[in-house]
Amino acid sequence: MSEVPAKAKVVVIGAGIVGNCLVGHLSRLGWTDMVLLDKGPLPNPGGSTGHASNFIFPTDHNKEMAFLTVDSQNQYIDHGLNNTCGGIEVAREPQRLEEFKRRMTSAKAWGIDARLVTPGEIKEMVPFINEEILLGGYYTPSVSVVDSLATGTRMREEAVNAGNLTVFANTEVLDVETEDVPGGLPKVTAVLTDRGRIEADHVVIACGVWSPRIAAMAGAHIPLTPAVHQMADVGPIDVLVESNKELAYPIIRDMDTFCYERQSAGSMEVGSYAHRPILMRPDDIPSNQAAALTPTELPLTYEDFDPQMEQAIELMEMLGDAEIKYAINGLLSLTPDANPVLGETVEVRNLWSAAAVWIKEGPGIAQLVAEWMTFGYPHMCDPHGSDIARFYPHEKTEWHINARCNEHFNKTYGIVHPREQWASQRGVRRSPFYLREEALGATFFDARGWERPQWYSSNEKLQAKFPDAFTPRTHEWDARWWNPVTNAEHLQMRESVGMVDLTAFNEFDFEGPKAMEFLQWVCVNNVDVAVGRSVYTPLLTEHGGFRSDLTIQRLGQHHYRVITGAFDGGRDNYWFNKCLEQFNAQHGLGSCTFTDRSQAYCTVGVWGPNAAATMAKITTDHTTAAYDLSQEGFPYGAVREVIINGVPCTMFRISYVGENGWEIYTRMEHGLQLWDAIWDAGQEFEIIPVGIGVYAVTGRIEKGYRLMGAELESEYNPVEAGLARPKVKSADFIGKAAYLAARDETPAAIMCTLSMDSQRCADGYDRFPTGGNEPILTLAGDRIVDSKGRVSRVTTAGAGPSVGKYLLLAYLPPEHAVVGTKLQVMYMNETYPVTVEVAGPTPLFDPTDARMKS
Amino acid sequence: MRVLVCVKRVPAPGAKINITADGQAVDTAYLAFTTSPHEECAVEAAVQLVEQHGGESTVLTLGPAEADEQLRYAASIGVNKAVLLPITENDWDPQRTAAAIATAIRDLESADGAFDLVLFGNESADSGNFQVGVRVAHALARPIVNGIKGIEVQGDTIRAKRESDAGVEVYAVPTPCVLGVKEGINLPRYPTLKGRLASKKVDVAQVSPQGDAGGQQMVTLLQAAEQVSQTVMLGTGPEAAPAVVDLLEELGLLK
Repeated sequence: MSEVPAKAKVVVIGAGIVGNCLVGHLSRLGWTDMVLLDKGPLPNPGGSTGHASNFIFPTDHNKEMAFLTVDSQNQYIDHGLNNTCGGIEVAREPQRLEEFKRRMTSAKAWGIDARLVTPGEIKEMVPFINEEILLGGYYTPSVSVVDSLATGTRMREEAVNAGNLTVFANTEVLDVETEDVPGGLPKVTAVLTDRGRIEADHVVIACGVWSPRIAAMAGAHIPLTPAVHQMADVGPIDVLVESNKELAYPIIRDMDTFCYERQSAGSMEVGSYAHRPILMRPDDIPSNQAAALTPTELPLTYEDFDPQMEQAIELMEMLGDAEIKYAINGLLSLTPDANPVLGETVEVRNLWSAAAVWIKEGPGIAQLVAEWMTFGYPHMCDPHGSDIARFYPHEKTEWHINARCNEHFNKTYGIVHPREQWASQRGVRRSPFYLREEALGATFFDARGWERPQWYSSNEKLQAKFPDAFTPRTHEWDARWWNPVTNAEHLQMRESVGMVDLTAFNEFDFEGPKAMEFLQWVCVNNVDVAVGRSVYTPLLTEHGGFRSDLTIQRLGQHHYRVITGAFDGGRDNYWFNKCLEQFNAQHGLGSCTFTDRSQAYCTVGVWGPNAAATMAKITTDHTTAAYDLSQEGFPYGAVREVIINGVPCTMFRISYVGENGWEIYTRMEHGLQLWDAIWDAGQEFEIIPVGIGVYAVTGRIEKGYRLMGAELESEYNPVEAGLARPKVKSADFIGKAAYLAARDETPAAIMCTLSMDSQRCADGYDRFPTGGNEPILTLAGDRIVDSKGRVSRVTTAGAGPSVGKYLLLAYLPPEHAVVGTKLQVMYMNETYPVTVEVAGPTPLFDPTDARMKS
Repeated sequence: MRVLVCVKRVPAPGAKINITADGQAVDTAYLAFTTSPHEECAVEAAVQLVEQHGGESTVLTLGPAEADEQLRYAASIGVNKAVLLPITENDWDPQRTAAAIATAIRDLESADGAFDLVLFGNESADSGNFQVGVRVAHALARPIVNGIKGIEVQGDTIRAKRESDAGVEVYAVPTPCVLGVKEGINLPRYPTLKGRLASKKVDVAQVSPQGDAGGQQMVTLLQAAEQVSQTVMLGTGPEAAPAVVDLLEELGLLK
């Protein structure tokens, strides 16, 4: 047995599609002294890569995954290992035809050639299909089958031949060692294998279904579960044998039975996502030696597959007489939200995860992770949805992983609405206001475990007051996970006052003698403001793109509190921790401390013309004297410690909905007392509870406020987003050089607010885009791509009840980012005329912010 | 003709066979089960004989309730009827198994008529006792030949072939008779999708097995010592040739 080297810069564990492509990309980026390990033999060590069906359907509604899929397909093409055969998704049910229109729209956005086809056209391309049971199809000519093992082998050998990599197959990892670091996370130090110990600066876990087990060796979590995907290879079939080709016919995805049929020379691979979810534990996967085939090719449980056989025969009668030559319960990785798990683990420094990745996106994700390791953040695209730091503690439990994976497995080929809510694992985090909200008829949406009221049925009483607000949406898709009462809540808040549960916010405290200097280094805007003042600021990557955006309150000379949203709290927590470690290493331990106080505080927003009058009734200082809530006494952006009905609170004059008012913070245990006091005080003003439908969509979009993960991504900079301030502070900060350069350039795109001139569809009723990456098109119907290659698409869509228009946010290149410009938006494969209302950050509603600041 | 084929449900392990902690069974937590390879060929032979000569084939097993899977597998490739002799123990010894099967065969024959041919696999893939077929034939007072790699029906006689060191032995055996079939006699077909679906509808007859425990008892299973093979790279390309020659000489393969 040959011995492993004593030291390496990076040890990559797992020689599947990800690990192999990763060492190749790291080598290209200049990494040397790398070691690649796998417990199995090469070229097929026995993981999911070895049995994957290897086909790529490029259309995805998710921008990140669509980009990485197309990028990966291009990498396979570059290797000459991409066999284009075309693919047809076929519909048996009418709602699937609607989904195909949506897919046409996403294909347009990403520049993928696709078209809708009739059953007759499907029959022409696939003569052995039973077109009589089909309603239509979605045909993508570029669908291909790739050789993932050969691609991996090439990338691995490229790194070996460059002298940057040594490879050890049949090498079992026994332990991943770490050492404690004062004032920081433990750091990975070595990988112990059955061939010896390798000291390593970085360790990457690219072990697919085994990843959680390897991560646990170091005390880290990679939240995924091995799960079964059933597949059978049946043949020989005469028509396929006679084609004399590996792939003579397009791949068929039988979407409504959750199955696929893919030619493999003389036989057909039939795969299914229709069977019951079958989850396993990594420790229960057999070893390479004990497995009858490979560890991830388990025996098919026929009783689960039988219904799919019948459906397959119904679609292609010839399959009935084909012999089942090979049939497996193949293992693949599922995650709680069906996205990959990428990036440095939040528990161990320099321990990376590159897991839960499919063949279709493997090479692209390998490049993304390689860039992340090299530059501190990926350049090719924002890894927002895949970032391992997104998970909160309860989301890393086997309990949560299994519940969510059980729920979404059968949605693999399902029709999933952009606003779709989870059914499982609900009620995990509830604000102190929950009981009141429930009594007021709240419909709760999930925000990373938090139950947040989206709208309240108690506000249906506003129908008499705002009858137009209650206009129903004709198409069920547009009305799904939506309620017109949101419009009424919006109008009542703008007319009087409303209260919004914002408990899902995260509160991060930074304290210490150099707290200010630390935050100056992390944030774009100047945080050296007076105590009692606040700062809104982007956080940038070194490359100058958005890493985050948030508000910071200066509570004391050496005490700051960062407020950030539920969806990015995990990622922000990770980023602050990582930056703080570097800062304190330079400036001395204790220079600044970071305490996550998110679980200590609840928050309620009170906004509207009567917010001040409401709060004035119950707000005092510590002497029970009435508190001055006037704009002069308590100006916009100020933060004050007050007493509300006896409860110590922090009031923050700010608004995300464009109205005067406050975010009010108090300790969780005081929450109900605070809510009741505001509620009672507001009765004379007809105060209403307002849902997140207003806070995050209608109120926000009228003001053109940007949201991290929608408008704000690492691919865009503050100049493009319209968030660049007139001056740049003198202090250095992360991304400053790139930011300064961006300020000197003409922006390649500008964030704009657009309105729909008509929402009338061909069938004669109004449609309401959901804000799911619908492409903005020229009047000629062409995609709009900026000089950096980024496509113009809808990042947020929603009603503007106060402006009487349906609004869209989208980045447009400068030539289109001109007020009054006429363009089109595509929604469900139809185009609608739109007008640029605002280019840049000026709000469409109340452009001078008079309502908030005067 | 009427053909009965007897099979046994056995695990389909990988290279390494794990044993349960009590040493009484193979750990089958993540293993599939199959029919012993010789018996797969016997099933294929039964199907082919009926295809050629008409009649009916029946598959029989003594095993756990889960052995239903092996019976249906046989049905999925074309066997007409299935009989399960359910047991709850890990395994029955060969003597007891044979007694139960012989009794069951007598009962089946008294109901539906004699089997012209009873097929066994040469031996089971797991315990490999080489006994059950012979014991059943003896109990039924029928001739048996083992190691069969060819079957030809000539009226009331079956010409059965088996390989020996000297060549091929051909036996003319009068029906009813028993044959122990060996892998290689044919290439068993895979079930078709339709066959698989049809097999779900086959009625599996259940017969209570009758038989007294025999003398052979399994004490414990032991894990064989792992065989570690050492690979030595002799070199690559033409430079490796002298080392190859040296090795061949060392092994006495060059003269």
